[in-house]
Amino acid sequence: MSRENYAFVRTEDAPTLAPPPSQVGITGWLWQNVFRSMANYSTVQASIQSGAMVILTAVIFYLGFTGIWKILDFSVFQAVWTDPEGQKRAVCATIQQGGALPNDWYGACWPFVTAKWKLFVYGRFPEPELWRPNLVFAGLAFGITWLVAGSIPRRRLVGAIVLATAAGLAFVYQTMIGVPFYERIGVWLLVIIGGILLAAPTEVGGRIVGLLSLTVLPVAAFILLTGGHLEVSSGFWFGWLPATAALIGFGLAGQRGMLGAAGEALGGTAFSLGVVLAFICGAVFLATIDFGMPVVETAEWGGLLVTLVVALTGIVASLPLGVLLALGRRSSLPAVRLLSTVFIEFWRGVPLITVLFMSSVMLPLFLPEGTEFNKLLRALIGVALFSAAYMAEVIRGGLQAIPKGQYEGAMALGLPFWRMMNLIVLPQALVLVIPGIVNTCIGLFKDTTLVLIIGLFDLLGSIQSSFTDPTWSTPVQSMTGYILAATIFFLFCFGMSRYSMYMEQKLRRGHSR
Amino acid sequence: MAQSDIADQTSGSGSSAEKGSILYDPKVRGLFFQIVLLAALIAWVLWVRRNTLDNLEAQGQAMGFDFLAGTSGFQILTTLGTWVFDYQVGSSTYWDVFLIGIVNTFAVAFLGIIVATVLGFVMGVFRLSSNFILRGFATVYVEIFRNIPLLLWLFILYFAVLRNLPDKRDKVAIWGESVGLNITGLYAPFPITYEGFWMSAVAVLVAVVLWIILGAVMKKRQEVTGQQFPTFWVGLGMLVAIPTIVFYSTGAPLEWEYPVFTEEGPVLRRGYQAGIGMVIVPEMIAVWAALTLYTAAFIAEIVRAGILAVPHGQSEAAGALGLRPQPTLNLVVIPQALRVIIPPLTSQYLNLTKNSSLAVAIAYPELVSVFAGTALNQVGRALEMVFMMMMVYLFFSIATALFMNWFNSRMRLVER
Repeated sequence: MSRENYAFVRTEDAPTLAPPPSQVGITGWLWQNVFRSMANYSTVQASIQSGAMVILTAVIFYLGFTGIWKILDFSVFQAVWTDPEGQKRAVCATIQQGGALPNDWYGACWPFVTAKWKLFVYGRFPEPELWRPNLVFAGLAFGITWLVAGSIPRRRLVGAIVLATAAGLAFVYQTMIGVPFYERIGVWLLVIIGGILLAAPTEVGGRIVGLLSLTVLPVAAFILLTGGHLEVSSGFWFGWLPATAALIGFGLAGQRGMLGAAGEALGGTAFSLGVVLAFICGAVFLATIDFGMPVVETAEWGGLLVTLVVALTGIVASLPLGVLLALGRRSSLPAVRLLSTVFIEFWRGVPLITVLFMSSVMLPLFLPEGTEFNKLLRALIGVALFSAAYMAEVIRGGLQAIPKGQYEGAMALGLPFWRMMNLIVLPQALVLVIPGIVNTCIGLFKDTTLVLIIGLFDLLGSIQSSFTDPTWSTPVQSMTGYILAATIFFLFCFGMSRYSMYMEQKLRRGHSR
Repeated sequence: MAQSDIADQTSGSGSSAEKGSILYDPKVRGLFFQIVLLAALIAWVLWVRRNTLDNLEAQGQAMGFDFLAGTSGFQILTTLGTWVFDYQVGSSTYWDVFLIGIVNTFAVAFLGIIVATVLGFVMGVFRLSSNFILRGFATVYVEIFRNIPLLLWLFILYFAVLRNLPDKRDKVAIWGESVGLNITGLYAPFPITYEGFWMSAVAVLVAVVLWIILGAVMKKRQEVTGQQFPTFWVGLGMLVAIPTIVFYSTGAPLEWEYPVFTEEGPVLRRGYQAGIGMVIVPEMIAVWAALTLYTAAFIAEIVRAGILAVPHGQSEAAGALGLRPQPTLNLVVIPQALRVIIPPLTSQYLNLTKNSSLAVAIAYPELVSVFAGTALNQVGRALEMVFMMMMVYLFFSIATALFMNWFNSRMRLVER
């Protein structure tokens, strides 16, 4: 049989046709993502649905478009950017209000922010001492960048871009605005962040920096911000130093078997407790040294500085407390379980404002007569306890997700309770709930704004208080300030939420291996 | 030989552990640590009690709740609470102030929960839409409202928007003459009821009860005979028809009192006339709107997660059984999604109620503001007043938690 006997045999491939226009290009995208959902008119019901979709889409498009347009129009197109003649409020006032702008003008007044930015960032921190909070900010930027450096895609490229931005900013400051670039903290922060991103932290380096940022950074920040000069009664040293020495001595001797069974059993616990106490004593000692820096009362702190201090103290304090509470709530000891549960449910059941009210009004009553108690410290205690309860519930979720076999395996290896938790259970449980922990941190960061209700000036509080300045008072002043605050909070919170989403994805990949 | 050696060793170590280590006995250790903990706790409580009594004595204060009977001497913004309890400066007591605070808190929380649920469900569904405009709008909405603090929203709405409205001699008309807005609030018609109106209210209740009974009966019929009944439409018809008939047959005992806006005459008399019509103060509008918009963003995320949590196989299986898209949604997807949605939704409701305490920042007279703020400044009984305030919130938290436990046990998947 030859080929010619067949009616038809295709000898080459049919030509590949171009995809239909409804699949590619801008029109294809529009069809797929917008118009397809409103193009079915085959039946009466489908026509009604499609028609409703058309109206809905049009309304939503109009709402979204006008919303974005109004915000852009206010903050960019209509905005006043500079105040070259130092006119203050007149530069942002309409003719009716005593300025030069047309009467229907409504836009942002950015010179107001430029004039007040020190208040918004540092509060009333004394001008010559500003290098101290700046150093703390630099340390924070360093620690946070180091922490997240591994999770930034194309880290080197981002680092190079950040450094280039810093260089550009320095150039603008130096030549166009006429301010020496080295006096600008923003430039230095960008240099630090870009430098770390380029320098690629190693695993070991990461751990060392992590340990430093948990121990040295808080102590250094405390000394830098307050100026040291902490006054401690001699009773403190007579009480705590011997106790520390005794605990460490008992622990060392006990672990070497010099004190018999009791020493062996309790030695480890005593030693760990002693180390913690020694660290606290060391930190307190450092804080009493006179470094020659003038004292800055916390009443003079304000702005972003207070927001970060409250948020970071809350986060750092709530993690260990939360772990303890979560373990307590899952403990087999009834008294420990009951107390942890009551503690957690109490703090979770009341709003943060009532907690702040309580810590500002009731805490002084609970302490011995005449105890001087700082307003900021009171708020910090309230925030720490409050966030610890929320953190505990997140961590408990992680603990519940660890299979029982892990506990049993650790016990079979003969690990005591804290070793089992430290080495086996917590590393797995905490990693599982990183997204939850970050979400709690975002919530805490947003909740720091509430401290303005008890009279502290955080970022929002400082902005709010700046509205009383008559030299800048215009109708657009409050909206300008709020847009600034909203942008700063959005950047922080959105950044954290992206980080948590990234971690979630990374962890999920690890599990589906 | 080797075998017995090992056996000897294990039994040896075992017996020595039994003999010499009461310290290693988990029970003894547990008891010891619990006793230490409880002793420390009791010592701490006694220490705090001692300090508190000393401090109160030094300040010349006593403890007790007798202040609640004292009459309050400050004005409270006219709100639902002051209207319900007919608040009068000089004759109302601090107990009344406490109740007014609770009523105002729950008024704003209740309104907020209703609107936030509707808005949240709409936005959650939009986020899953195949229509880019709806999806994009919902995404931007959720991200903007979730990532900016509630207090800032409250300030934006109150100080930057509502405080910039026309002053009290002027207005922005929203619905012709009957609804208008200016810096003193939102003016709307006020319903005045006459005798016999209670029958219409009862008729609504009757219709709801009838609807529930009808639903149960028709469900049973469907299980027995397989015949369906349009319960929803009939029920809705009853809910509209029965109260309407009762309302008109009792002589329509309801009248709307419209707000009066004067544009003529002396300047000081212009604007909305006091005491006529209903006025919602701007503080309430700001708190309500901020709570609603903020919480709706979280509810949208919960709804989205709930719908995504129903595996695709479920709707495919329903399709394979011959169910049309609408019954698939109603009978298969929504019930399973609700099981995921409702627990976090309840905790959002609780959050909204607790967050209503932020209203203290703009002086809407809810519990924290009016009781722990103004009244506390007048009376100075910090301990008792903060305690009472916390107990109110705690009571509702625990009630919600109990409801959730009941709900979870009811909705739990029944497995063999």
